[in-house]
Amino acid sequence: MRDEQLIEAIERYLSGEMNADERNAFEQLRRENAELDTRVIEHQQFTGLLKQYGERVELERRLNAIHQEIDVHAIAEEVTVHPSWIVQLWRDHHSKISVAASIAIFAVLATLFFTGYLNNNNSYTELSREVGRLNRSTTDMKKDINAIKKGRVIAAPDKSRGTGFAITSNGLIATSFHVVNGADSIYIQDVSGRSFKAKAIYNDPQSDVSILKVIDTTFRSLGQIPYTFKHSESDLAENVFTFGFPQDSPVYGDGRLTSASGLNGDTLDYEISVPINPGNSGGPLLDSKGNIIGIVRAKETRLEGVHFALKSGYLLNAIKNIPEDSLTKVPVLNTENALAKLTRQQQVKKIKPYVFMVKVY
Amino acid sequence: MSTESKSSIPTDSEIVFGILNNSENAIKRLYVAYFPMVMQLILNNNGTPDDAKDIYQEAIIVLYNKVKKGDFELNSKLKTFIYSVCRRLWLKRLSQMNRYGGDIHDFNDYLPVEDEVEEQGERDIQFTKMQSALQMLGEPCKTIIEDFYIHNRSMQEICESFGYTNADNAKTQKYKCLQRLKKLFFQQK
Repeated sequence: MRDEQLIEAIERYLSGEMNADERNAFEQLRRENAELDTRVIEHQQFTGLLKQYGERVELERRLNAIHQEIDVHAIAEEVTVHPSWIVQLWRDHHSKISVAASIAIFAVLATLFFTGYLNNNNSYTELSREVGRLNRSTTDMKKDINAIKKGRVIAAPDKSRGTGFAITSNGLIATSFHVVNGADSIYIQDVSGRSFKAKAIYNDPQSDVSILKVIDTTFRSLGQIPYTFKHSESDLAENVFTFGFPQDSPVYGDGRLTSASGLNGDTLDYEISVPINPGNSGGPLLDSKGNIIGIVRAKETRLEGVHFALKSGYLLNAIKNIPEDSLTKVPVLNTENALAKLTRQQQVKKIKPYVFMVKVY
Repeated sequence: MSTESKSSIPTDSEIVFGILNNSENAIKRLYVAYFPMVMQLILNNNGTPDDAKDIYQEAIIVLYNKVKKGDFELNSKLKTFIYSVCRRLWLKRLSQMNRYGGDIHDFNDYLPVEDEVEEQGERDIQFTKMQSALQMLGEPCKTIIEDFYIHNRSMQEICESFGYTNADNAKTQKYKCLQRLKKLFFQQK
């Protein structure tokens, strides 16, 4: 059988044009002859592929025809995400906007810098009592005139004042560093008005602590210190009080411990609500049991009733750090509290002799 | 199954039965219904309207073949299926063009349709080979083959339109043409 005739026979077989006899004979032949069987399958597959190809071409033609009728442009316009006008603005002008923003930021920073706004200390007044010159000058002049009349030596007026308190009975006094900073000479004055010369034997500007030693020969032992020093931090809302010399006579003030950190989160300090004034600086801050828990030191000028006190831990550190050669003996802190069971009036009365006005010349 | 109703989005079963019944209208309504979705997908992922057309038509063909084969299950939504196929096709296209940034902005659920797309890809290769084989075959062979094997015209008709003196001549011609076509087809890599 020639190949051409074979293909024709296969085609007739596949298209069902054969009559029953022919068909049976062909199928018989196909079963016996594996080569014929392969040819049939091959032909079927190839013409099938041709047919499918034709269908595909037709389908694509139909789809293209449908596509022609669609307004592609309108749909594209509709589904495109249009960025909001602000994004559009940024895309078009971002370089100009950046330059403008940089200039603005620079200008603001420069202004803040030159007006001193960036300097935090602005809001922070040290409580050291600068004696008002105008106020004092008249009395001073009067005194001077009287003194000259009487032919007496003129006592120079003090430059600033603060408060200090005894930490040992032999005349070690704690105060704030900023009270005695830059002092030519330092005098302490007790409640009864007696003055003793003292000198700073240890300064810690970092924590704002200064330890003074009384060097006056007329000074005698103070006797047993009634208060003790608290090592640990105190709790919030602790009832606290202070005692100091914002004026010539001692002033008592009390309030609460309001925060465990000071200005801008400064952990050196407690924040307290005790009413205090310039001159209270360096004064003791005590809790209700009569423990020293801090040293009063500063005030927030922008807020009323917000004050700060250095935590007693830093005072204890300072005491520890006093150079040995400036001491006759190692300071021994009082550990027996004589105030715990007393009323507030009795406590204050007991403390009085141990708190001093610090006068700086 | 009537597909003459003019509602904007045809139901899935309308489309499936429409395709099975070779309804021209069903395909048209299907095409119009989901083209904007595909346009949105392609345009928002670095494509052009022409890309959208190519991808969408290919997806319609995948769906068409699947429905014709009878294995499209109506439990998955037609819309989701088309979206998934387009997404897959577009990812493939992007990676071929090395433009794929590793991220596609989806706004629809999608199904795993790798098998369908893969199958379609293989068939496309066969069709491309067939197309170029037919091109190389030249006239009149191309028309004879197309008329007989694709358009199902009888040898008698072909014989007449080509002016062959008898059907045997036409048959011999057709046989030779088919042999050449096979050769051309299988020669291609």
